Amino acid sequence: MFPTPIQNYSLKINIGYRVLLVFTLIIWLLPLIAVMLTSIRTFDDVLAGNYWTFPEETALVSNYVAVFADGKMAGFFLNSLIITIPTVIGTLFLSSLAGYSLAMHRFKLNLLVFAMFIAGNFVPYQILMIPVRNISIELGMYNSHLGLIIFHIAFQTGFCTFFLRNFIKELPFELIEAARADGATEWTIYRKIIIPLTIPALAALGVLEFTFIWNDYFWALILTQGDTVKPITVGLDVLRGQWTTAWNLVSAGSVVAALPPVIMFFILQRQFIHGLTFGAVKG
Amino acid sequence: MTFWERNQLKLAPFIFLAPAILVFLIYVIYPIFDSIWVSFHEWNGMDKSGIRGNGKPNWEFVGFKNYITLFTDDDEFYVSLFNNIRWLIFSLLAVPIGLALALFVNQKILGIRYIKSLFYFPFVINAVVIGVIFTWFYNPKYGALSLVLGFFGLDPIPMLADENLATYGIIIASFFPGIAYTMILYITGLTGVSREMIEAGRIDGASGFTMLWHVVLPQLRPATLIAVVVTLVGALRAFDLIAVMTAGGPWGSSEVLAYKMYQEALFNFRMGYGAAIATILFLIMDIYIAWFLYRLFKNERSEK
Repeated sequence: MFPTPIQNYSLKINIGYRVLLVFTLIIWLLPLIAVMLTSIRTFDDVLAGNYWTFPEETALVSNYVAVFADGKMAGFFLNSLIITIPTVIGTLFLSSLAGYSLAMHRFKLNLLVFAMFIAGNFVPYQILMIPVRNISIELGMYNSHLGLIIFHIAFQTGFCTFFLRNFIKELPFELIEAARADGATEWTIYRKIIIPLTIPALAALGVLEFTFIWNDYFWALILTQGDTVKPITVGLDVLRGQWTTAWNLVSAGSVVAALPPVIMFFILQRQFIHGLTFGAVKG
Repeated sequence: MTFWERNQLKLAPFIFLAPAILVFLIYVIYPIFDSIWVSFHEWNGMDKSGIRGNGKPNWEFVGFKNYITLFTDDDEFYVSLFNNIRWLIFSLLAVPIGLALALFVNQKILGIRYIKSLFYFPFVINAVVIGVIFTWFYNPKYGALSLVLGFFGLDPIPMLADENLATYGIIIASFFPGIAYTMILYITGLTGVSREMIEAGRIDGASGFTMLWHVVLPQLRPATLIAVVVTLVGALRAFDLIAVMTAGGPWGSSEVLAYKMYQEALFNFRMGYGAAIATILFLIMDIYIAWFLYRLFKNERSEK
Protein backbone atom coordinates (compact mmCIF):
# COMPACT_ATOMS: atom_id res chain seq x y z
CA MET A 1 0.00 0.00 0.00
CA PHE A 2 1.14 3.53 -0.69
CA PRO A 3 1.61 5.65 1.35
CA THR A 4 2.94 3.40 4.14
CA PRO A 5 0.09 2.35 6.44
CA ILE A 6 -0.15 4.75 9.35
CA GLN A 7 -0.34 1.77 11.71
CA ASN A 8 3.39 1.18 11.11
CA TYR A 9 4.21 4.44 12.86
CA SER A 10 4.28 5.49 16.52
CA LEU A 11 1.16 6.22 18.52
CA LYS A 12 1.97 9.94 18.51
CA ILE A 13 2.04 10.09 14.73
CA ASN A 14 -1.16 8.06 14.60
CA ILE A 15 -2.99 10.51 16.81
CA GLY A 16 -1.42 13.44 14.98
CA TYR A 17 -2.57 12.05 11.64
CA ARG A 18 -6.14 11.65 12.77
CA VAL A 19 -6.28 15.16 14.21
CA LEU A 20 -4.82 16.61 11.01
CA LEU A 21 -7.28 14.59 8.92
CA VAL A 22 -10.31 15.95 10.74
CA PHE A 23 -8.84 19.46 10.70
CA THR A 24 -8.28 19.31 6.92
CA LEU A 25 -11.79 18.00 6.40
CA ILE A 26 -13.28 20.87 8.39
CA ILE A 27 -11.29 23.45 6.39
CA TRP A 28 -12.38 21.73 3.16
CA LEU A 29 -16.04 21.84 4.12
CA LEU A 30 -15.95 25.29 5.73
CA PRO A 31 -17.91 26.99 2.92
CA LEU A 32 -20.65 24.37 3.16
CA ILE A 33 -20.71 24.45 6.95
CA ALA A 34 -21.15 28.24 6.79
CA VAL A 35 -24.04 27.85 4.35
CA MET A 36 -25.77 25.23 6.47
CA LEU A 37 -25.40 27.31 9.63
CA THR A 38 -26.55 30.46 7.87
CA SER A 39 -29.58 28.71 6.47
CA ILE A 40 -30.89 28.39 10.03
CA ARG A 41 -29.97 31.89 11.21
CA THR A 42 -32.36 34.75 11.72
CA PHE A 43 -31.91 37.82 9.52
CA ASP A 44 -30.66 39.86 12.52
CA ASP A 45 -28.04 37.23 13.19
CA VAL A 46 -26.88 37.48 9.55
CA LEU A 47 -26.69 41.27 9.74
CA ALA A 48 -24.58 41.01 12.89
CA GLY A 49 -22.02 39.26 10.69
CA ASN A 50 -22.05 35.91 12.45
CA TYR A 51 -20.59 33.16 10.35
CA TRP A 52 -19.19 30.26 12.22
CA THR A 53 -20.88 30.44 15.61
CA PHE A 54 -23.87 28.22 16.15
CA PRO A 55 -26.90 30.54 16.07
CA GLU A 56 -28.40 31.24 19.51
CA GLU A 57 -31.84 31.54 18.05
CA THR A 58 -32.51 29.17 15.17
CA ALA A 59 -34.86 29.91 12.31
CA LEU A 60 -34.69 26.53 10.63
CA VAL A 61 -38.39 26.15 10.01
CA SER A 62 -39.17 29.77 9.25
CA ASN A 63 -36.29 30.16 6.77
CA TYR A 64 -37.12 27.04 4.82
CA VAL A 65 -40.82 27.88 4.88
CA ALA A 66 -39.98 31.38 3.65
CA VAL A 67 -37.96 29.93 0.78
CA PHE A 68 -40.96 27.96 -0.42
CA ALA A 69 -43.53 30.58 0.62
CA ASP A 70 -43.90 32.53 -2.62
CA GLY A 71 -44.47 29.24 -4.42
CA LYS A 72 -41.71 29.74 -6.96
CA MET A 73 -39.14 27.54 -5.29
CA ALA A 74 -41.52 24.59 -5.15
CA GLY A 75 -42.25 25.09 -8.84
CA PHE A 76 -38.56 25.19 -9.76
CA PHE A 77 -37.90 22.09 -7.70
CA LEU A 78 -40.75 20.26 -9.40
CA ASN A 79 -39.51 21.38 -12.84
CA SER A 80 -36.10 19.93 -12.05
CA LEU A 81 -37.68 16.58 -11.24
CA ILE A 82 -39.93 16.66 -14.31
CA ILE A 83 -36.90 17.32 -16.53
CA THR A 84 -34.38 15.06 -14.82
CA ILE A 85 -36.21 11.77 -14.32
CA PRO A 86 -37.50 11.21 -17.89
CA THR A 87 -34.13 12.31 -19.25
CA VAL A 88 -32.30 9.68 -17.21
CA ILE A 89 -34.71 6.92 -18.25
CA GLY A 90 -34.75 7.96 -21.91
CA THR A 91 -30.97 8.27 -22.11
CA LEU A 92 -30.39 4.87 -20.54
CA PHE A 93 -32.88 3.26 -22.90
CA LEU A 94 -31.46 4.73 -26.11
CA SER A 95 -27.85 4.28 -25.12
CA SER A 96 -28.25 0.69 -23.92
CA LEU A 97 -29.78 -0.20 -27.29
CA ALA A 98 -27.00 1.58 -29.14
CA GLY A 99 -24.32 0.28 -26.80
CA TYR A 100 -25.48 -3.32 -27.30
CA SER A 101 -25.37 -2.93 -31.04
CA LEU A 102 -21.95 -1.28 -31.13
CA ALA A 103 -20.52 -3.91 -28.78
CA MET A 104 -22.01 -7.08 -30.23
CA HIS A 105 -22.92 -6.50 -33.87
CA ARG A 106 -20.38 -6.50 -36.65
CA PHE A 107 -21.10 -4.08 -39.44
CA LYS A 108 -19.28 -1.49 -41.50
CA LEU A 109 -19.07 1.96 -39.92
CA ASN A 110 -19.30 0.45 -36.43
CA LEU A 111 -16.19 2.28 -35.25
CA LEU A 112 -17.17 5.44 -37.06
CA VAL A 113 -20.54 5.59 -35.29
CA PHE A 114 -18.78 4.90 -32.00
CA ALA A 115 -16.29 7.71 -32.68
CA MET A 116 -19.15 10.08 -33.46
CA PHE A 117 -20.75 9.45 -30.07
CA ILE A 118 -17.45 10.00 -28.26
CA ALA A 119 -16.44 13.10 -30.17
CA GLY A 120 -19.87 14.71 -29.82
CA ASN A 121 -19.56 14.33 -26.13
CA PHE A 122 -16.59 16.73 -25.88
CA VAL A 123 -18.05 19.43 -28.05
CA PRO A 124 -18.36 22.89 -26.43
CA TYR A 125 -22.01 23.74 -25.74
CA GLN A 126 -21.72 27.06 -27.53
CA ILE A 127 -21.26 25.46 -30.95
CA LEU A 128 -24.68 23.84 -30.47
CA MET A 129 -26.40 26.78 -28.83
CA ILE A 130 -27.84 28.80 -31.73
CA PRO A 131 -29.08 25.84 -33.86
CA VAL A 132 -30.48 23.92 -30.87
CA ARG A 133 -32.37 27.00 -29.76
CA ASN A 134 -33.74 27.47 -33.29
CA ILE A 135 -34.69 23.80 -33.65
CA SER A 136 -36.56 23.98 -30.34
CA ILE A 137 -38.41 27.11 -31.44
CA GLU A 138 -39.33 25.59 -34.80
CA LEU A 139 -40.56 22.36 -33.24
CA GLY A 140 -42.63 24.38 -30.76
CA MET A 141 -40.63 22.96 -27.86
CA TYR A 142 -38.92 26.16 -26.75
CA ASN A 143 -39.72 26.91 -23.11
CA SER A 144 -41.20 23.45 -22.51
CA HIS A 145 -40.07 20.56 -20.34
CA LEU A 146 -40.11 18.32 -23.39
CA GLY A 147 -37.69 20.56 -25.28
CA LEU A 148 -35.12 20.31 -22.52
CA ILE A 149 -35.71 16.59 -22.00
CA ILE A 150 -35.22 15.71 -25.66
CA PHE A 151 -32.10 17.82 -26.01
CA HIS A 152 -30.59 16.35 -22.83
CA ILE A 153 -31.37 12.81 -23.98
CA ALA A 154 -29.73 13.48 -27.33
CA PHE A 155 -26.58 14.98 -25.87
CA GLN A 156 -26.15 12.57 -22.97
CA THR A 157 -26.66 9.58 -25.27
CA GLY A 158 -23.11 10.21 -26.51
CA PHE A 159 -21.43 9.67 -23.18
CA CYS A 160 -23.75 6.86 -22.09
CA THR A 161 -23.38 4.91 -25.33
CA PHE A 162 -19.60 5.16 -25.00
CA PHE A 163 -19.78 3.89 -21.43
CA LEU A 164 -22.27 1.07 -22.09
CA ARG A 165 -20.64 -0.12 -25.29
CA ASN A 166 -17.38 -0.64 -23.42
CA PHE A 167 -19.17 -2.35 -20.54
CA ILE A 168 -21.19 -4.69 -22.77
CA LYS A 169 -18.09 -5.54 -24.81
CA GLU A 170 -16.63 -7.15 -21.66
CA LEU A 171 -19.61 -9.51 -21.33
CA PRO A 172 -19.08 -13.09 -22.57
CA PHE A 173 -19.94 -13.21 -26.25
CA GLU A 174 -20.65 -16.99 -25.99
CA LEU A 175 -23.83 -16.23 -24.03
CA ILE A 176 -25.24 -14.28 -26.94
CA GLU A 177 -24.10 -16.82 -29.51
CA ALA A 178 -25.78 -19.59 -27.53
CA ALA A 179 -29.02 -17.60 -27.32
CA ARG A 180 -28.91 -16.89 -31.05
CA ALA A 181 -28.38 -20.59 -31.73
CA ASP A 182 -31.46 -21.29 -29.62
CA GLY A 183 -33.43 -18.97 -31.88
CA ALA A 184 -33.76 -16.00 -29.54
CA THR A 185 -34.48 -12.74 -31.33
CA GLU A 186 -32.13 -9.81 -30.93
CA TRP A 187 -34.80 -7.98 -28.94
CA THR A 188 -35.11 -10.94 -26.55
CA ILE A 189 -31.35 -11.07 -26.13
CA TYR A 190 -31.29 -7.36 -25.35
CA ARG A 191 -34.10 -7.68 -22.82
CA LYS A 192 -33.34 -11.02 -21.20
CA ILE A 193 -29.53 -11.16 -21.32
CA ILE A 194 -27.97 -7.77 -21.91
CA ILE A 195 -30.13 -5.65 -19.61
CA PRO A 196 -29.89 -7.93 -16.54
CA LEU A 197 -26.11 -8.20 -16.93
CA THR A 198 -25.76 -4.45 -17.45
CA ILE A 199 -27.64 -3.43 -14.31
CA PRO A 200 -24.47 -2.34 -12.43
CA ALA A 201 -23.43 -0.08 -15.29
CA LEU A 202 -26.97 1.28 -15.69
CA ALA A 203 -27.12 2.08 -11.98
CA ALA A 204 -23.76 3.85 -12.13
CA LEU A 205 -24.81 5.87 -15.16
CA GLY A 206 -28.23 6.55 -13.68
CA VAL A 207 -26.89 8.34 -10.59
CA LEU A 208 -24.28 10.15 -12.65
CA GLU A 209 -26.81 11.34 -15.22
CA PHE A 210 -29.25 12.38 -12.52
CA THR A 211 -26.56 14.65 -11.11
CA PHE A 212 -25.52 16.06 -14.49
CA ILE A 213 -29.07 16.89 -15.53
CA TRP A 214 -30.16 18.21 -12.15
CA ASN A 215 -27.11 20.49 -12.14
CA ASP A 216 -27.55 21.75 -15.69
CA TYR A 217 -27.66 25.52 -15.85
CA PHE A 218 -26.60 26.47 -19.36
CA TRP A 219 -29.28 24.67 -21.38
CA ALA A 220 -32.01 25.69 -18.99
CA LEU A 221 -30.88 29.27 -19.52
CA ILE A 222 -30.90 28.89 -23.31
CA LEU A 223 -34.11 26.90 -23.76
CA THR A 224 -36.45 28.48 -21.21
CA GLN A 225 -38.04 31.83 -20.57
CA GLY A 226 -40.07 33.02 -17.61
CA ASP A 227 -40.60 30.88 -14.51
CA THR A 228 -42.93 28.08 -15.63
CA VAL A 229 -40.35 25.61 -16.95
CA LYS A 230 -37.11 26.74 -15.26
CA PRO A 231 -35.33 24.12 -13.16
CA ILE A 232 -33.97 24.93 -9.74
CA THR A 233 -30.46 25.93 -10.87
CA VAL A 234 -31.70 28.87 -12.93
CA GLY A 235 -34.48 29.40 -10.40
CA LEU A 236 -32.03 29.85 -7.56
CA ASP A 237 -30.17 32.44 -9.62
CA VAL A 238 -33.45 34.33 -10.13
CA LEU A 239 -34.50 34.14 -6.48
CA ARG A 240 -31.06 35.25 -5.33
CA GLY A 241 -31.71 38.55 -7.07
CA GLN A 242 -34.92 38.98 -5.07
CA TRP A 243 -33.47 38.03 -1.70
CA THR A 244 -30.33 40.21 -2.17
CA THR A 245 -28.61 40.35 1.21
CA ALA A 246 -30.98 37.99 3.05
CA TRP A 247 -28.14 35.48 3.10
CA ASN A 248 -30.10 33.19 5.41
CA LEU A 249 -32.72 32.72 2.66
CA VAL A 250 -30.08 32.50 -0.09
CA SER A 251 -28.36 29.80 1.95
CA ALA A 252 -31.54 27.86 2.60
CA GLY A 253 -32.38 28.04 -1.11
CA SER A 254 -28.89 26.79 -1.97
CA VAL A 255 -29.25 23.85 0.37
CA VAL A 256 -32.57 22.90 -1.25
CA ALA A 257 -31.09 23.18 -4.77
CA ALA A 258 -28.05 21.07 -3.86
CA LEU A 259 -29.79 18.44 -1.79
CA PRO A 260 -31.18 15.80 -4.20
CA PRO A 261 -27.84 14.95 -5.85
CA VAL A 262 -26.12 15.03 -2.46
CA ILE A 263 -28.62 12.59 -0.95
CA MET A 264 -28.34 10.38 -4.00
CA PHE A 265 -24.56 10.49 -3.74
CA PHE A 266 -24.52 9.38 -0.12
CA ILE A 267 -27.01 6.55 -0.71
CA LEU A 268 -25.51 5.24 -3.96
CA GLN A 269 -21.90 6.21 -3.44
CA ARG A 270 -20.45 2.97 -4.72
CA GLN A 271 -22.37 3.16 -8.03
CA PHE A 272 -21.53 6.82 -8.34
CA ILE A 273 -17.80 6.33 -7.97
CA HIS A 274 -17.88 3.31 -10.23
CA GLY A 275 -19.44 5.43 -12.97
CA LEU A 276 -17.16 8.38 -12.42
CA THR A 277 -13.90 6.47 -12.40
CA PHE A 278 -14.73 4.23 -15.32
CA GLY A 279 -11.43 3.69 -17.09
CA ALA A 280 -9.34 5.33 -14.36
CA VAL A 281 -7.88 2.03 -13.20
CA LYS A 282 -5.78 -0.23 -15.35
CA GLY A 283 -8.06 -3.11 -16.19
CA MET B 1 -38.54 -18.33 -42.35
CA THR B 2 -39.72 -14.79 -42.63
CA PHE B 3 -37.63 -12.03 -44.14
CA TRP B 4 -37.02 -10.61 -40.65
CA GLU B 5 -35.81 -13.92 -39.23
CA ARG B 6 -33.39 -14.46 -42.09
CA ASN B 7 -31.88 -11.02 -42.00
CA GLN B 8 -32.20 -10.25 -38.34
CA LEU B 9 -28.48 -10.05 -37.63
CA LYS B 10 -27.94 -7.62 -40.46
CA LEU B 11 -30.92 -5.42 -39.71
CA ALA B 12 -30.83 -5.39 -35.93
CA PRO B 13 -27.85 -3.02 -35.58
CA PHE B 14 -29.61 -0.37 -37.65
CA ILE B 15 -32.85 -0.66 -35.73
CA PHE B 16 -31.09 -0.65 -32.37
CA LEU B 17 -28.93 2.30 -33.29
CA ALA B 18 -31.51 4.33 -35.17
CA PRO B 19 -33.10 6.25 -32.27
CA ALA B 20 -29.77 7.18 -30.69
CA ILE B 21 -28.19 8.17 -33.99
CA LEU B 22 -31.27 10.12 -35.05
CA VAL B 23 -31.43 12.35 -31.96
CA PHE B 24 -27.65 12.70 -31.92
CA LEU B 25 -27.55 13.80 -35.56
CA ILE B 26 -30.35 16.33 -35.07
CA TYR B 27 -29.19 17.85 -31.78
CA VAL B 28 -25.40 17.47 -31.88
CA ILE B 29 -23.93 16.79 -35.33
CA TYR B 30 -26.14 18.98 -37.50
CA PRO B 31 -25.87 21.98 -35.12
CA ILE B 32 -22.06 21.91 -35.37
CA PHE B 33 -22.19 22.38 -39.13
CA ASP B 34 -25.07 24.82 -38.92
CA SER B 35 -23.14 26.97 -36.43
CA ILE B 36 -20.12 27.06 -38.74
CA TRP B 37 -22.43 28.08 -41.60
CA VAL B 38 -24.04 30.81 -39.48
CA SER B 39 -20.56 32.14 -38.59
CA PHE B 40 -20.11 33.28 -42.21
CA HIS B 41 -23.21 35.44 -41.98
CA GLU B 42 -24.48 38.54 -40.31
CA TRP B 43 -27.72 37.57 -38.63
CA ASN B 44 -29.78 39.20 -35.91
CA GLY B 45 -31.69 35.99 -35.19
CA MET B 46 -34.89 37.18 -36.82
CA ASP B 47 -36.71 35.77 -39.86
CA LYS B 48 -33.98 35.08 -42.41
CA SER B 49 -35.87 36.56 -45.35
CA GLY B 50 -36.85 39.75 -43.51
CA ILE B 51 -35.39 43.23 -43.76
CA ARG B 52 -34.00 45.24 -40.85
CA GLY B 53 -34.84 48.83 -39.93
CA ASN B 54 -31.71 50.09 -41.69
CA GLY B 55 -32.73 48.44 -44.94
CA LYS B 56 -30.20 45.59 -44.69
CA PRO B 57 -31.44 41.99 -44.71
CA ASN B 58 -31.66 40.10 -41.41
CA TRP B 59 -29.50 37.34 -42.87
CA GLU B 60 -26.57 38.26 -45.07
CA PHE B 61 -23.52 36.32 -46.24
CA VAL B 62 -20.34 38.13 -45.20
CA GLY B 63 -17.60 35.52 -45.71
CA PHE B 64 -14.84 35.71 -43.14
CA LYS B 65 -15.84 39.16 -41.92
CA ASN B 66 -16.83 37.97 -38.44
CA TYR B 67 -13.50 36.24 -37.95
CA ILE B 68 -11.55 39.24 -39.24
CA THR B 69 -13.42 41.55 -36.86
CA LEU B 70 -12.75 39.18 -33.97
CA PHE B 71 -9.02 39.07 -34.53
CA THR B 72 -8.40 42.64 -35.62
CA ASP B 73 -11.04 44.80 -34.03
CA ASP B 74 -12.26 43.32 -30.76
CA ASP B 75 -10.15 43.77 -27.64
CA GLU B 76 -12.75 41.87 -25.60
CA PHE B 77 -12.08 38.80 -27.73
CA TYR B 78 -8.44 38.83 -26.66
CA VAL B 79 -9.43 39.39 -23.03
CA SER B 80 -11.69 36.31 -23.30
CA LEU B 81 -9.08 34.23 -25.06
CA PHE B 82 -6.46 35.18 -22.50
CA ASN B 83 -8.87 34.33 -19.68
CA ASN B 84 -9.48 30.94 -21.28
CA ILE B 85 -5.73 30.36 -21.22
CA ARG B 86 -5.64 31.35 -17.54
CA TRP B 87 -8.46 28.90 -16.88
CA LEU B 88 -6.61 26.17 -18.75
CA ILE B 89 -3.37 26.69 -16.84
CA PHE B 90 -4.64 27.36 -13.33
CA SER B 91 -7.46 24.85 -13.21
CA LEU B 92 -4.84 22.14 -13.78
CA LEU B 93 -3.71 22.80 -10.20
CA ALA B 94 -6.71 20.68 -9.23
CA VAL B 95 -4.81 17.61 -10.48
CA PRO B 96 -1.77 17.68 -8.11
CA ILE B 97 -3.90 18.96 -5.22
CA GLY B 98 -6.37 16.12 -5.76
CA LEU B 99 -3.48 13.65 -5.85
CA ALA B 100 -2.03 15.07 -2.63
CA LEU B 101 -5.38 14.82 -0.84
CA ALA B 102 -5.93 11.30 -2.19
CA LEU B 103 -2.55 10.19 -0.83
CA PHE B 104 -3.33 11.93 2.44
CA VAL B 105 -6.58 10.04 3.05
CA ASN B 106 -5.45 6.71 1.57
CA GLN B 107 -5.21 4.92 4.93
CA LYS B 108 -7.18 2.16 6.51
CA ILE B 109 -8.46 3.64 9.77
CA LEU B 110 -11.80 3.61 11.50
CA GLY B 111 -14.38 5.80 9.76
CA ILE B 112 -12.18 6.62 6.75
CA ARG B 113 -15.00 5.71 4.38
CA TYR B 114 -17.16 8.48 5.80
CA ILE B 115 -14.30 10.94 5.78
CA LYS B 116 -13.65 10.16 2.12
CA SER B 117 -17.27 10.68 1.12
CA LEU B 118 -17.32 14.00 2.95
CA PHE B 119 -14.29 15.03 0.88
CA TYR B 120 -16.01 13.89 -2.33
CA PHE B 121 -19.48 15.31 -2.13
CA PRO B 122 -18.77 18.93 -3.19
CA PHE B 123 -18.41 17.39 -6.64
CA VAL B 124 -22.17 16.83 -6.93
CA ILE B 125 -23.12 20.37 -5.90
CA ASN B 126 -24.19 22.44 -8.88
CA ALA B 127 -22.26 25.45 -10.14
CA VAL B 128 -25.02 27.89 -9.25
CA VAL B 129 -24.87 26.92 -5.58
CA ILE B 130 -21.05 26.96 -5.62
CA GLY B 131 -21.14 30.35 -7.33
CA VAL B 132 -23.63 31.77 -4.86
CA ILE B 133 -21.58 30.51 -1.91
CA PHE B 134 -18.32 31.94 -3.19
CA THR B 135 -19.87 35.25 -4.22
CA TRP B 136 -21.01 35.63 -0.65
CA PHE B 137 -17.62 34.42 0.60
CA TYR B 138 -15.88 37.19 -1.41
CA ASN B 139 -18.39 39.92 -0.52
CA PRO B 140 -16.21 42.77 0.85
CA LYS B 141 -18.85 43.83 3.36
CA TYR B 142 -20.37 40.58 4.63
CA GLY B 143 -18.03 37.92 3.29
CA ALA B 144 -15.94 35.40 5.20
CA LEU B 145 -12.81 36.42 3.29
CA SER B 146 -13.01 39.96 4.69
CA LEU B 147 -13.61 38.51 8.11
CA VAL B 148 -10.47 36.38 7.90
CA LEU B 149 -8.42 39.25 6.46
CA GLY B 150 -9.76 41.57 9.18
CA PHE B 151 -8.63 39.08 11.79
CA PHE B 152 -5.07 39.56 10.53
CA GLY B 153 -5.54 43.33 10.42
CA LEU B 154 -5.78 43.44 6.62
CA ASP B 155 -8.20 45.43 4.48
CA PRO B 156 -10.93 43.56 2.61
CA ILE B 157 -10.09 42.53 -0.97
CA PRO B 158 -13.03 42.94 -3.37
CA MET B 159 -12.10 39.80 -5.33
CA LEU B 160 -14.93 39.85 -7.86
CA ALA B 161 -15.03 43.63 -8.30
CA ASP B 162 -11.33 43.83 -9.16
CA GLU B 163 -10.52 43.53 -12.87
CA ASN B 164 -7.27 41.71 -12.21
CA LEU B 165 -8.58 39.31 -9.60
CA ALA B 166 -12.11 38.39 -10.73
CA THR B 167 -11.05 35.49 -12.97
CA TYR B 168 -8.82 34.03 -10.27
CA GLY B 169 -11.64 34.35 -7.75
CA ILE B 170 -13.87 32.27 -10.04
CA ILE B 171 -11.17 29.70 -10.79
CA ILE B 172 -10.67 29.21 -7.04
CA ALA B 173 -14.42 28.54 -6.70
CA SER B 174 -14.13 25.96 -9.50
CA PHE B 175 -11.49 24.11 -7.47
CA PHE B 176 -14.07 23.04 -4.94
CA PRO B 177 -15.84 20.50 -7.18
CA GLY B 178 -12.74 20.14 -9.38
CA ILE B 179 -10.42 18.91 -6.64
CA ALA B 180 -13.12 16.61 -5.28
CA TYR B 181 -13.29 15.01 -8.72
CA THR B 182 -9.54 14.49 -9.22
CA MET B 183 -9.36 13.15 -5.69
CA ILE B 184 -12.05 10.53 -6.44
CA LEU B 185 -10.13 9.49 -9.56
CA TYR B 186 -6.84 9.13 -7.70
CA ILE B 187 -8.25 7.24 -4.74
CA THR B 188 -9.78 4.73 -7.13
CA GLY B 189 -6.51 4.65 -9.05
CA LEU B 190 -4.55 4.00 -5.87
CA THR B 191 -6.56 0.88 -5.13
CA GLY B 192 -5.23 -0.55 -8.39
CA VAL B 193 -1.56 0.11 -7.63
CA SER B 194 0.31 -3.18 -7.42
CA ARG B 195 1.46 -4.20 -3.97
CA GLU B 196 4.35 -6.26 -5.34
CA MET B 197 5.85 -3.30 -7.15
CA ILE B 198 5.67 -1.15 -4.00
CA GLU B 199 7.37 -3.92 -2.02
CA ALA B 200 10.00 -4.30 -4.72
CA GLY B 201 10.54 -0.54 -4.62
CA ARG B 202 10.97 -0.67 -0.85
CA ILE B 203 13.60 -3.39 -1.15
CA ASP B 204 15.43 -1.21 -3.66
CA GLY B 205 15.42 1.53 -1.05
CA ALA B 206 12.78 3.78 -2.61
CA SER B 207 10.51 5.67 -0.26
CA GLY B 208 8.47 8.85 -0.02
CA PHE B 209 8.80 11.06 -3.05
CA THR B 210 11.08 8.73 -5.06
CA MET B 211 8.57 5.93 -4.61
CA LEU B 212 5.71 8.22 -5.64
CA TRP B 213 7.52 9.46 -8.72
CA HIS B 214 9.08 6.25 -10.01
CA VAL B 215 6.71 3.53 -8.85
CA VAL B 216 3.27 4.92 -8.02
CA LEU B 217 2.71 7.71 -10.54
CA PRO B 218 3.46 5.56 -13.61
CA GLN B 219 0.73 3.19 -12.44
CA LEU B 220 -1.65 6.09 -11.91
CA ARG B 221 -1.31 7.20 -15.53
CA PRO B 222 -4.87 6.28 -16.59
CA ALA B 223 -6.24 8.33 -13.67
CA THR B 224 -3.94 11.26 -14.45
CA LEU B 225 -4.96 11.17 -18.08
CA ILE B 226 -8.66 11.34 -17.32
CA ALA B 227 -8.09 13.99 -14.64
CA VAL B 228 -6.18 16.20 -17.10
CA VAL B 229 -8.59 15.72 -20.01
CA VAL B 230 -11.71 16.35 -17.93
CA THR B 231 -10.14 19.36 -16.20
CA LEU B 232 -9.06 20.92 -19.50
CA VAL B 233 -12.43 20.32 -21.15
CA GLY B 234 -14.08 21.77 -18.04
CA ALA B 235 -11.82 24.83 -18.24
CA LEU B 236 -12.79 25.43 -21.88
CA ARG B 237 -16.45 24.95 -20.96
CA ALA B 238 -16.31 27.38 -18.03
CA PHE B 239 -19.56 29.29 -18.14
CA ASP B 240 -21.89 28.64 -15.20
CA LEU B 241 -19.65 30.05 -12.48
CA ILE B 242 -18.84 33.14 -14.54
CA ALA B 243 -22.52 33.79 -15.30
CA VAL B 244 -23.48 33.39 -11.65
CA MET B 245 -20.54 35.16 -10.00
CA THR B 246 -19.65 38.14 -12.20
CA ALA B 247 -21.69 37.96 -15.43
CA GLY B 248 -18.35 38.54 -17.15
CA GLY B 249 -17.64 41.73 -15.22
CA PRO B 250 -16.26 44.01 -14.03
CA TRP B 251 -16.22 45.57 -17.53
CA GLY B 252 -15.89 42.27 -19.30
CA SER B 253 -12.67 41.43 -17.48
CA SER B 254 -13.73 37.92 -16.43
CA GLU B 255 -15.33 36.91 -19.73
CA VAL B 256 -14.23 33.74 -21.48
CA LEU B 257 -15.05 32.68 -25.06
CA ALA B 258 -18.06 30.63 -23.95
CA TYR B 259 -19.55 33.55 -22.07
CA LYS B 260 -18.74 36.15 -24.71
CA MET B 261 -20.41 33.96 -27.33
CA TYR B 262 -23.59 33.79 -25.25
CA GLN B 263 -23.57 37.55 -24.72
CA GLU B 264 -23.02 38.42 -28.38
CA ALA B 265 -25.64 35.99 -29.68
CA LEU B 266 -28.48 36.43 -27.20
CA PHE B 267 -27.99 39.96 -25.86
CA ASN B 268 -26.40 41.83 -28.76
CA PHE B 269 -28.35 39.80 -31.36
CA ARG B 270 -25.16 39.09 -33.31
CA MET B 271 -25.75 35.42 -34.11
CA GLY B 272 -23.10 35.23 -36.82
CA TYR B 273 -20.51 36.87 -34.62
CA GLY B 274 -21.40 34.57 -31.71
CA ALA B 275 -21.23 31.55 -34.01
CA ALA B 276 -17.74 32.61 -35.10
CA ILE B 277 -16.60 32.67 -31.46
CA ALA B 278 -18.20 29.26 -30.92
CA THR B 279 -16.41 27.92 -33.99
CA ILE B 280 -13.05 29.09 -32.63
CA LEU B 281 -13.82 27.47 -29.29
CA PHE B 282 -14.80 24.31 -31.15
CA LEU B 283 -11.52 24.29 -33.10
CA ILE B 284 -9.54 24.59 -29.85
CA MET B 285 -11.54 21.70 -28.38
CA ASP B 286 -10.91 19.63 -31.50
CA ILE B 287 -7.28 19.28 -30.49
CA TYR B 288 -8.40 17.33 -27.43
CA ILE B 289 -11.08 15.40 -29.28
CA ALA B 290 -8.59 14.30 -31.95
CA TRP B 291 -6.01 13.30 -29.38
CA PHE B 292 -8.56 11.37 -27.30
CA LEU B 293 -9.92 9.48 -30.33
CA TYR B 294 -6.39 8.69 -31.49
CA ARG B 295 -5.52 7.16 -28.13
CA LEU B 296 -8.78 5.24 -27.96
CA PHE B 297 -8.41 3.63 -31.37
CA LYS B 298 -4.79 2.78 -30.70
CA ASN B 299 -6.04 0.84 -27.67
CA GLU B 300 -8.88 -0.77 -29.64
CA ARG B 301 -6.40 -2.03 -32.21
CA SER B 302 -3.92 -3.34 -29.66
CA GLU B 303 -6.74 -5.36 -28.06
CA LYS B 304 -7.39 -7.26 -31.25
